[in-house]
Amino acid sequence: MKLAYWMYAGPAHIGTLRIASSFKNVHAIMHAPLGDDYFNVMRSMLERKRDFTAVTASVVDRHVLARGSQEKVVNNISRKDKEEKPDLVVLTPTCTSSILQEDLQNFVNRASIETQADVLLADVNHYRVNEMQAADRTLEQIVQFYIKKAKKKKELDTTKTLEPSVNIIGSFNLAFHNQHDIAELKRLMSDLNIKINSIIPEGASVQELKNLPKAWFNIVPYREIGLLTAEYLKDEFDMPFIDTTPMGVVETANCIRKIQYILNQNNLDVNFEKYIDIQTRFVSQSAWFSRSIDCQNLTGKKAIVFGDSTHAVAMTKILTREMGIHVVWAGTYCKYDKSWFQKEVGDLCDEIVITDDHNLIGDLIAKVEPAVIFGTQMERHVAKRLNIPCGVISAPVHIQNFPLSYRPFLGYEGANQIADLIYNSFTLGMEDHLLEIFGGHDTKEVLSAGLSIDSKDSQIEWNLESQAELVKIPGFIRGKIKRNTEKFAQEQKMETITLEVMYAAKEAAS
Amino acid sequence: MTLVKQVGNEDLKEEINFECETGNYHTFCPISCVAWLYQKIEDSFFLVIGTKTCGYFLQNALGVMIFAEPRYAMAELEEGDISAQLSDYEELKRLCLQVKRDRNPSVIFWIGTCTTEIIKMDLEGIAPKLEVEINLPIVVARANGLDYAFTQGEDTVLAALAQRPNSKQSKNIELKTTSDENSIEHLPLILFGSIPDPVVNQLTLELKKQGIHVSGWLPSKRYTDLPLINEGNYVCGVNPYLSRTATTLMRRRKCKLIGAPFPIGPDGTRAWLEKICMVFGVEPKGLQKREDEVWEKLKYYISLIDGKSVFFMGDNLLEISLARFLIKSGMIVFEIGIPYMDKRYQGAELQLLQKTCKEKNIPIPIIIEKPDNYNQVDRIRDMRPDLVITGMAHANPLEARGINTKWSVEFTFAQIHGFTNAIDVLELVTRPLRRNQKLEKVGSQRYTDRR
Repeated sequence: MKLAYWMYAGPAHIGTLRIASSFKNVHAIMHAPLGDDYFNVMRSMLERKRDFTAVTASVVDRHVLARGSQEKVVNNISRKDKEEKPDLVVLTPTCTSSILQEDLQNFVNRASIETQADVLLADVNHYRVNEMQAADRTLEQIVQFYIKKAKKKKELDTTKTLEPSVNIIGSFNLAFHNQHDIAELKRLMSDLNIKINSIIPEGASVQELKNLPKAWFNIVPYREIGLLTAEYLKDEFDMPFIDTTPMGVVETANCIRKIQYILNQNNLDVNFEKYIDIQTRFVSQSAWFSRSIDCQNLTGKKAIVFGDSTHAVAMTKILTREMGIHVVWAGTYCKYDKSWFQKEVGDLCDEIVITDDHNLIGDLIAKVEPAVIFGTQMERHVAKRLNIPCGVISAPVHIQNFPLSYRPFLGYEGANQIADLIYNSFTLGMEDHLLEIFGGHDTKEVLSAGLSIDSKDSQIEWNLESQAELVKIPGFIRGKIKRNTEKFAQEQKMETITLEVMYAAKEAAS
Repeated sequence: MTLVKQVGNEDLKEEINFECETGNYHTFCPISCVAWLYQKIEDSFFLVIGTKTCGYFLQNALGVMIFAEPRYAMAELEEGDISAQLSDYEELKRLCLQVKRDRNPSVIFWIGTCTTEIIKMDLEGIAPKLEVEINLPIVVARANGLDYAFTQGEDTVLAALAQRPNSKQSKNIELKTTSDENSIEHLPLILFGSIPDPVVNQLTLELKKQGIHVSGWLPSKRYTDLPLINEGNYVCGVNPYLSRTATTLMRRRKCKLIGAPFPIGPDGTRAWLEKICMVFGVEPKGLQKREDEVWEKLKYYISLIDGKSVFFMGDNLLEISLARFLIKSGMIVFEIGIPYMDKRYQGAELQLLQKTCKEKNIPIPIIIEKPDNYNQVDRIRDMRPDLVITGMAHANPLEARGINTKWSVEFTFAQIHGFTNAIDVLELVTRPLRRNQKLEKVGSQRYTDRR
């Protein structure tokens, strides 16, 4: 047993449901007790989905415990088949059903005799894999199933498209800024004159899976979900895939070069260097931003990074290589991906932390006292308690991380967004720090109704030197300093503010 | 398979129709009760013994609360626990000692889940032994999704509390002040049901006005202040989902249950007070006036919902009381879905529902136990009610189809009991109607092409 208040990755069935409900016209039936269908709530709330989530439960209750599910699961499958006419029904085991050890495969076999829909049993073990691993496996399983089916029916067409084309494997619901990322990837592909063959699974129909081999290559933007599918397609059809996440200008360029390599291999003479150069220097602002004076001030500032492996790695690379920020430690909760993580960022940070224990992460943050944190919602709350600014870069996330406006993390626009995120986190931190130095947060007494003392009513005058000094103080806290000094002067019954009074006020405040 | 049963009542000609559907409905898992119970019982700690699935539910359903150093945690079962390679006793001891060290609670509640049920972990057997060993009371409640729905979780916890023998340290509530000339001599009355402290005070005061003294509440603010419960005491529930607690108090503690409608809405509150008064032989004073005053205050809200229709999909067992209050407020109820219907414990409430319908001269709505959400959505499409009270899984999709919804869970977290809070109930009910009135100029009502 493990004492846990919070977890980074959800249970396996959530992963399966995320994949199933991302596809068009696929229905998932959970073999689960009442109340386990909160996935529908998450999808409907976080993603603000307009349509009913195609997930129902075949309820496990006392009767099922006593007598087994018997006809119940089969009936539920055929009922959904009639009601919703899905292309595919995915029977999803949960932690409860996996201990019951009922022969769910048998139910699936029996049900699929009667149903119009295909029926699959999600192949995931609840006690061994988490949400991401389960999602990865389920996607592979569904793709495999339809490739095999097409092969059997001799419908599989592996001739490549005339023009270069790509499959994007990695579009799903309840993922971090995913919709925006996919839009950005589509734009990137169209810039490079590459046709999109298929984007799976979000919005895709299972019927189009048999066309996957027609693409020239695959892109897997996120490491957690999609790699198994890409590897399967490579083994089966010798399709090359790119697993470089185009996040940050350097990695985006790497990703584009890999695309170029693949196209060149296919006897297509393309050179994207010019495109990369123009995008980097002129379209994306983030490379220029790194050169600008603002970013100079960030040099050597201490940061820590934590999240899923894709985002934590990409973020660490951006912070160190693109902004000159000192990453004290970088970490991930994807424990199963430890060696890759170490390989990628081993020499970009002082230390690597691999854990899914949020208490440990909290303690480590407190110990290091970084100037900024880039993490999940959990780190954001730790940061609040420690008064450290935090940017959220990875799931698990809240509803506010499903923004309505365009916020990709990938590609050149993504690089802009990330630069903003980093810079805003730091300036907020800096602002806070300066406030602290120049007299604290709280104006203890309200001097007047307005935010500043009206100079006409006020008896207090600023002499020339003090006025000059006041002007030197950064704009965003000048008002605060002015108020504090005036308040101090008033308390001391002084009528003119001199430099001495200013410093005395500052001293009194600290 | 439709099971139709009927409850007869001589005074009221029309009978209530009960139906039972498939039980394919969406509700919260009963372990969610820890969310409000840990806040209610200030010196408690709730340990939910279950899997990642339970933990993820608590984390997501209870959102931000998880970050405010909650006094609850998961004892997350691992493969070794399931296959009994680890000793349950030793594992629980280790975790409970850690909780004791870190949080120092006065009591630890163990919440059993589906998994502990299936692997038959003997929580009730382990608890008494461990309790002695670590010198801390342990209360076991089996709030699992195999047997219960949402608010029934509280019922299992309170039933477990009701079984605890009277503790020696519990000071039996302050003695009745003799100076209060109003008060009458009566047998001790203990009220059960977890409601926020301000509401506890409000209801206690309403009874005090009638000269009736509340000897204690189950649960109390602190575990160490649990009321003394003795044979022959009177008990009365404030929530419709507490039938196990009621049964436990009657059978185990030999208390007498006052079967009353629940104090939700001014009509319910009055009927609740009157029934208690009647039991103690007190002539109720000024209740008519009090009720009228509250209705007067509700006028604006009632003008918004009068004649409008409402459909309860059913997920928290408050449905009968809320439907009754809304009918009295002028609404027409199409269907009352409810997870579980205890016709004995809710008997008085059902009678008041009948009476209210007769008074308003409308047919009694059908009560659907263990509803089937898919069929319900079909019926909603046909009936097009003005308001659907439902869970979050259906709310956004229904809104997108131009149907007003109110999220049912809010009724369990808001203060809805007593005269004072009647307005809050209508505030909740009318919110979607008020909001959508204001939005009339933006876009159409339908936001999806799908059925």
